[in-house]
Amino acid sequence: MGRKLLLEHIHVPGINTLAVYREKGGYRAVEKALKTMSPEDVVEEVKKSGLRGRGGAGFPTGMKWSFLAKPEGVPRYLVCNGDESEPGTFKDRYLMNNIPHALIEGMIVSSYALGANTSYIYIRGEMMPQIRIIENAIQEAKAAGWLGKNILGTGYDLEIYVQPGGGAYICGEETALLESLEGKRGNPRIKPPFPAVAGLYGCPTVVNNVESIAATVPIVNDGGEEYAKIGIERSTGTKLISASGNLVKPGVYEIEMGLPVEEFIFSDEYCGGIANGKRLKAVVAGGSSVPILPANLITKTINGNPRLMTYESLADGGFVSGTAMGSGGFIAFDEDQCIVRNTWNYTRFYRHESCGQCSPCREGTGWMEKLLYKIESGNGSLADIDLLWDIQRRIEGNTICPLGDAAAWPVAAAIRHFRDEFEWHILNPGESQQRNYGLAHYADPLEPVTQ
Amino acid sequence: MAEEIQKFKVSIDGIAIEVDPGTTILNAARQIGGDIVPPAMCYYSKLEGSGGKCRTCLVKVSKGSEKDPRPMPKLVASCRTTVMDGMEVQNITSPDVVDARKAVVEMLLINHPLDCPVCDQAGECKLQDLGYEHGAVNTRYEFERRTFDRVDLGDKIQLHMNRCILCYRCVFTANQLTGKREHGILYRGDHAEISTYIENALDHDFIGNVIDVCPVGALTDKTFRFKNRVWFTKPVDAHRDCPTCSGKVTLWYKGTDVIRVTGRKDEYDEVDEFICNTCRFEKKHTDDWVLEHPTNVSDQSVIASNHYHAFNPPAVIQENPQLKEANVEQLARSEKLK
Ligand SMILES: Cc1cc2nc3c(=O)[nH]c(=O)nc-3n(C[C@H](O)[C@H](O)[C@H](O)COP(=O)(O)O)c2cc1C
Ligand code: SF4
Ligand code: SF4
Ligand code: FES
Repeated sequence: MGRKLLLEHIHVPGINTLAVYREKGGYRAVEKALKTMSPEDVVEEVKKSGLRGRGGAGFPTGMKWSFLAKPEGVPRYLVCNGDESEPGTFKDRYLMNNIPHALIEGMIVSSYALGANTSYIYIRGEMMPQIRIIENAIQEAKAAGWLGKNILGTGYDLEIYVQPGGGAYICGEETALLESLEGKRGNPRIKPPFPAVAGLYGCPTVVNNVESIAATVPIVNDGGEEYAKIGIERSTGTKLISASGNLVKPGVYEIEMGLPVEEFIFSDEYCGGIANGKRLKAVVAGGSSVPILPANLITKTINGNPRLMTYESLADGGFVSGTAMGSGGFIAFDEDQCIVRNTWNYTRFYRHESCGQCSPCREGTGWMEKLLYKIESGNGSLADIDLLWDIQRRIEGNTICPLGDAAAWPVAAAIRHFRDEFEWHILNPGESQQRNYGLAHYADPLEPVTQ
Repeated sequence: MAEEIQKFKVSIDGIAIEVDPGTTILNAARQIGGDIVPPAMCYYSKLEGSGGKCRTCLVKVSKGSEKDPRPMPKLVASCRTTVMDGMEVQNITSPDVVDARKAVVEMLLINHPLDCPVCDQAGECKLQDLGYEHGAVNTRYEFERRTFDRVDLGDKIQLHMNRCILCYRCVFTANQLTGKREHGILYRGDHAEISTYIENALDHDFIGNVIDVCPVGALTDKTFRFKNRVWFTKPVDAHRDCPTCSGKVTLWYKGTDVIRVTGRKDEYDEVDEFICNTCRFEKKHTDDWVLEHPTNVSDQSVIASNHYHAFNPPAVIQENPQLKEANVEQLARSEKLK
């Protein structure tokens, strides 16, 4: 059994309440940090832990914290990114829903480390139940003296506010999130300056994912070194994986980093194999934006080594024969799934969610969607595949924020690994036209867009 | 004694220049001038926060700085990237940049109709120039383009979103010059639209400037719209004593009639000073103005191309000796072109 740090008590009845959370050792980290550690000590422990951001990019959290500018007389902010919009990723809401105090406790510890006296938790607007749960947890914590003025008599003050987002994927991008938090249209900012220097209201700001913030609790409790003992190489600790698709047991799992992918998919402790006795065809390992891998490359790398659930191992082979850990949205496809249709579906999403600032992303995502639909519906030509390849290549790397890349990668990987399937659609138009997957209720993307 | 500011050395396509710290790559290139200046569709030096969006000005930084000579991993927007000491930049000498620019032009033209023959901006359109320099002859785009109805933003300005490239310049102009925000972008991605708050009219003394900043023909002056092709007109710099703005403008003559008034623009198509609506829309008689001289127009521009017709100085401006002299000079030049 893998060790659990975040979800250890998930099945304890009432763990969402402060009383039960305390019974299970909750808020020990706050007491320890505020009473026995300096903010610098906390940053040091997080550095030692090797924790990497769980929001997608995997940037070392301790290093990010140490970049925070500390000018005199200017407030600093911690902003928790609870937007969670990457298709296939649903771990943060699971955590917020079931153990809200794990996030609040992490927020207090992290805010203390950063010297922030006001912190925000930005949660996607559609997640109304989670917003209420978190607000309720804040009230409970405040009533018990874990928040507010002079916490535990240590002289440290902290207020945490919940801000519902408007429900746009782009508002998960950290600078767009800050714009949105300031009450503006959620357009990503052009960097530099980075949030660590000029973030919320122009002040130094750290933006961290829900899971990253929650992970600071066990790090403070047990020490960074202890945390770093779990996992391998530069992938330390545990990771929440949201598994979906054609699996026997989809759900949110906490794994120890380094677990073989094969074991994750097929063992009974985790996903229990592919549903309905089908064969595995492909996996998107880290949320819809990371490259899809065919079954033979997801369990083994191109060199024949077992592929592990770590940042390094998943990325082994680069984007040619590897993929990325991303946000941990693990989507499995069985042999019956159509990669072209799936890619079209992702692209539909990115087209809809592009903020529209950059020309290549604004126009290119729409173009890709139309071409994918054309191919999927049996109206494509072989030249369309090359055109599609060329368009994604010209979006990638040329935009303000990584959404452009996120839109390009799935298309590139699908063509790279499943070109024959694109060709099949084109060469068998009659058959592909008959495969009506309930497409009728989708808007036809070839119709001009009107709002 | 004022402290001497340390200058940064930067080279663009192998041409070296020293600039003040904080200068962007684009502005450093503009100080050198010529072909190595990246095109800019969304940046506008007079508008705070502009730039970074259209991606036409992408360049390659092949050496980051003297201290950290590593190249930058991706192409960068030159309009928003400041130079470092010792930086080396490639613009037209980099195949990657040329390719990226081609890509941007192709993307921009997906939803921008090639209706230059009937567009009011023809002859003054930066996208037209860009398309000419970097575009492909054939489009690879075969789907229906987005279309919109025309919208009147007040009685003097018309918006036709079909041509809009979402550069945000007009939004920044309206926000920064008028102080009252009622104009912005609705929706996202390729369904984004320029709009006023519930189809409000834009009424402010300086709102007419949105027309001048629009790089394409999406925002047009209803008092001039389709009255003439710009190359049949003759631009003349003039001024008046205006209580609202500097009163320094360009008058666009057709024969003896002033058919349009705009701000004066520099070689990068940016206005020198924003002008008020009264000067722009209501002062269309030569009597309203003190004429200075014919506007300096680059020989490359189509606006210059038809000047040999108009170079017989029109009657009304014959009184101005300075102008007359300049006319003679220009006439001689255009004679040579014949
Ligand atoms: C288009 C886009 C969407 C994103 N959405 C999210 C999100 O929903 N949640 C999240 O935590 N990070 C998201 N990110 C990553 C954030 O920008 C940022 O890197 C992250 O919140 C930092 O937290 P971490 O260091 O703890 O991972 C997104 C990034 C992009 C480019
Ligand atoms: S890449 Fe796309 S989402 Fe990101 S800023 Fe550009 S247009 Fe907006
Ligand atoms: S209307 Fe013109 S200025 Fe405004 S965003 Fe569109 S192209 Fe730019
Ligand atoms: S001019 Fe630089 S991105 Fe538009």
